[in-house]
Amino acid sequence: MTRRPFFWLMLAAASVIFLYPFVWLVVASLKPRSYTFSDPFVPWPDPFAPESYAAVWEAAPMLAWLVNTVLVGLAAAVTVTLSSAFVAFGFAYFRFPGRNVIFASVLGTMMLPAAVTLVPTYLIWHAAGLTGTQVPLWAGNLFGSAFYIFLLRQFLLGVPRYVFEAARVDGASYLDLFWRIALPLAKPALIIAFVFELKASWFDLMKPLIYLQDPALFTLPRGLKAIVDQFYQGGDPKWELVLAASVITTLPLIVVFFAGQRYFVQGVATTGHR
Amino acid sequence: MRSETRWAYVFVLPWLIGLALFQLGPMLASLGLSFTEYDLISSPEFAGTANYARMAQDPKVAVAIGNTVLYTALHVPLAIVLALGLALMLNRVGGRGAGVFRTIFYLPSMTPYVAVGVLFLFLLNGQAGMVNQFLGLFGIDGPQWTTDPDWILPGIVLMSLWNLGSTTIILFAALRNVPAELAEAAMIDGAGTWARFRRITLPMISPALFFVVIINTIASLQMFDQVYAMFFGNQATQQASGDSALFYVVYLFQQAFQFLHMGYASALAWVLFLVIALITLVQWKVGGRLVHYEAGDRA
Repeated sequence: MTRRPFFWLMLAAASVIFLYPFVWLVVASLKPRSYTFSDPFVPWPDPFAPESYAAVWEAAPMLAWLVNTVLVGLAAAVTVTLSSAFVAFGFAYFRFPGRNVIFASVLGTMMLPAAVTLVPTYLIWHAAGLTGTQVPLWAGNLFGSAFYIFLLRQFLLGVPRYVFEAARVDGASYLDLFWRIALPLAKPALIIAFVFELKASWFDLMKPLIYLQDPALFTLPRGLKAIVDQFYQGGDPKWELVLAASVITTLPLIVVFFAGQRYFVQGVATTGHR
Repeated sequence: MRSETRWAYVFVLPWLIGLALFQLGPMLASLGLSFTEYDLISSPEFAGTANYARMAQDPKVAVAIGNTVLYTALHVPLAIVLALGLALMLNRVGGRGAGVFRTIFYLPSMTPYVAVGVLFLFLLNGQAGMVNQFLGLFGIDGPQWTTDPDWILPGIVLMSLWNLGSTTIILFAALRNVPAELAEAAMIDGAGTWARFRRITLPMISPALFFVVIINTIASLQMFDQVYAMFFGNQATQQASGDSALFYVVYLFQQAFQFLHMGYASALAWVLFLVIALITLVQWKVGGRLVHYEAGDRA
């Protein structure tokens, strides 16, 4: 489309800047410790030392952390998707007194900084005796989340009303409308909510820092933080373990991204979700 | 009440419960707590405005605000200019190629923040990190990014600019919605590249630009994960960095969950809330004048 070499040079440079840190990370994780920093521009491990992956598996309960992350992520994503869709259907289908005010509260909380509710939210889980468990990492999602409610409502508003009315005439209950018609039709929006929440849960460091003490319950980001604290600096640094753990924390999400790329891009473009 | 109306409330009930339990309730509770001293063990004691008075005198609060504001002032404009550059490039590539490069630009945004922080501890390492080795190729003696108090914040800004994926995608989506006929008509009228960008592209994407300014500002003011992963929690790194990496939410977190000063932390939280609300409001006011909306755009 364009002929100027300067443009392609810029594009190539930008691509290298965004990609090369990944290459460095993987390569460095496959080198012995004394070579971690040497030859950073050689894009293959020399000497090749994949032992760090076995070593980090020994040094920390990586498998448990991986399983925890997947389970917490699934719990967070499934609950938020279903509850948000449920609420969104209420806003999209029904007219009822107070609807606009309640919907305004959805929009209003979208800008509410999470830091403001940090302390009282902790006190709630503390009072419920659930600190020290993984429940606080996902259970707040049972009540829907503003961004996804907004997204799903917009999506459901696009469904022609006669689709629902026809089912009503055939004797479908409102729950049927939600479960049998709204949910299947909203599938693309449901997937967007699901993958975004999975990502958010996989990213989360603060909640695990606050709520988890037992390393057996850690998620990968919290576990990686523990590994950095122990092995990055101090008497006996083990950089290769830190690097291998970083790769293990990152890689599954990259795979999810390639599987659901379409939905990530759509989701960012339509909701501005980060 | 009609059965239909009853069902409507059944559907929005989860939101109302969540709103009360996890949004409005906690907000009011944290306002109340901000006037108390509370350490989780003994019950809260009324302290009047002592927490707010303490904030005004706490040198760490001043440092944290300074760092956070400086970071936001550097990150937001740089991130948006660079992301706009990337989005313009994507727009020019067009077609399938744009999809490939968009994926490349977005990949860093799929890297968990802790891993980003850890990765940049290595890349920015003053003695041997890749960034300084790269600068070395040009004969530049790079700074001690992770230990020199003057260079820690610039290092964090540098790291933040690796993460432009979402902003780029939003701006690229906006660019694609600019009607090609507009640019063509202007070209026929003899408008140059810069004039077309300045007079057509920029006004057309100004709602998206405005939106990314707001979300990037709000996110920057709440910076936590990457910085905490890099500089806190470990005695050695924490001492080495001093207070140069102390961001506002990091300090809030420390007060609440390390020192168990729940009342003080709540006061910090409320001030942050008011500041963010105020900044958003000002941005809306100013933005309302600068942003060009197409007819019907404002829904």
